[in-house]
Amino acid sequence: MSLARFDYYAPESIEDACRLLMEQGGGAVVMAGGTDVLLKMHRGLLKANTVIDLQKIKGMNRISFEEGKGLTIGAMARLADVELHPIIKYRYPAVADAAKATANVQIRNMGTVAGNLCNAAPSADNAPVLIAMGAEVTLAGVKGQRQLPLDEFFKGPGLTAIGEGEIFTSIHVPIAPEGSGASYKHISPRGKVDISAVGVGVMLTMNGDICEEAKIALGAVAPIPMRAIKAEKIIKGRRISSDLLEKAGIEASHECKPITDVRATAEYRKKMVAVLTIRAIDEASSRASGK
Amino acid sequence: MKHLITITVNGDPYSIAVDPWRTLNEVLREDLGLTGTKLGCGEGDCGACTVLVDGRSVSSCLTLAVAVDGKDIMTIEGLAFSGEELHPIQEAFIEKGAIQCGFCTSGMELSALNLLTKNPSPDEEEIRTAISGNLCRCTGYYNIVDAIGAAAEKMKQTNDNN
Repeated sequence: MSLARFDYYAPESIEDACRLLMEQGGGAVVMAGGTDVLLKMHRGLLKANTVIDLQKIKGMNRISFEEGKGLTIGAMARLADVELHPIIKYRYPAVADAAKATANVQIRNMGTVAGNLCNAAPSADNAPVLIAMGAEVTLAGVKGQRQLPLDEFFKGPGLTAIGEGEIFTSIHVPIAPEGSGASYKHISPRGKVDISAVGVGVMLTMNGDICEEAKIALGAVAPIPMRAIKAEKIIKGRRISSDLLEKAGIEASHECKPITDVRATAEYRKKMVAVLTIRAIDEASSRASGK
Repeated sequence: MKHLITITVNGDPYSIAVDPWRTLNEVLREDLGLTGTKLGCGEGDCGACTVLVDGRSVSSCLTLAVAVDGKDIMTIEGLAFSGEELHPIQEAFIEKGAIQCGFCTSGMELSALNLLTKNPSPDEEEIRTAISGNLCRCTGYYNIVDAIGAAAEKMKQTNDNN
């Protein structure tokens, strides 16, 4: 491997990073763990005159949880840190599951949740469950920062709402409502290390065995991670039963718009969306009732 | 512009001027002559280039040397401290026949160390997950999984004796 030449900066504050990004213009790329950025540069898919590394910015790798407010994951928090974080495992197990489902051990020791989202692959493992849980991203620019629902962050394969001179600084997951549970289920040809062919994230809020609120997000079956709104409507306000799960799975399978690629055919993806939606709803409802 | 970095590699401190586009793999192999770290796919899939940075296994092919300034690196050359007596992981790999062509071995052993320092008694599933980022085209993995299990036992005994 050898990379084309570039300049490297590791600014120590978000302000400096944004200023650098503005100064350097279109030839600059922001790097967190580097596992996507350097890979794309290696393959010649990304040309950069300047790499701006976020690792020296204080607090960027912080994972914090505050009762009443929720979970905030800094842009430099590694996937392995999220996967193994005791509070995330306890309060947001599906978020930990999604981090664990991403790539292999080495990549999780390097890569970040933020980077997985910013890379905006339709198959990004961390996107579906974070969308289902109503996560919000924080973007900082020279003029200040703004928040955006993750649901509105993805614009196309490799495209996001990050504006010129803006840096993704953190992702926030609200406190899960009383009686709620979430799940992430995915499938890939080799099971552990390869990119997901389908991923399904679900969050349900239950009242007894009635589903009061449901959010279902599908990965790798459309140009961006997509909500399965029709499938959500099928289970909302109803008693969860195996018949209802079946119906929701079929609806999600109708809603998605997969393509055929090296990882799976469109037909197989549609079938797996149904299967994984059923499994994810099932696990989310068990977690909601504390089973 | 070259950047001056200070790193510790296998306990030895180094100050090196590096071009920012050079990977840790290139600097270890070409500047420091530590060719025990291999380069396979160059894309973070095969694990042949695995090293530990501050105790965590990473792909040195996807790590910029300039980005590990100030950090502690361990390569396969640092696994056997004295250079004469083998580490229990290395002994177990030999005893269990877990090495054939050897190209994956340094990465495998460092992934094993990454696992065993955090989880001294892994089950088979945990071992397989821990080496899921290391590809071996010779062994079919069975002997490697066996060896890591045996290494866990050896390391426990060593710890008990100390």
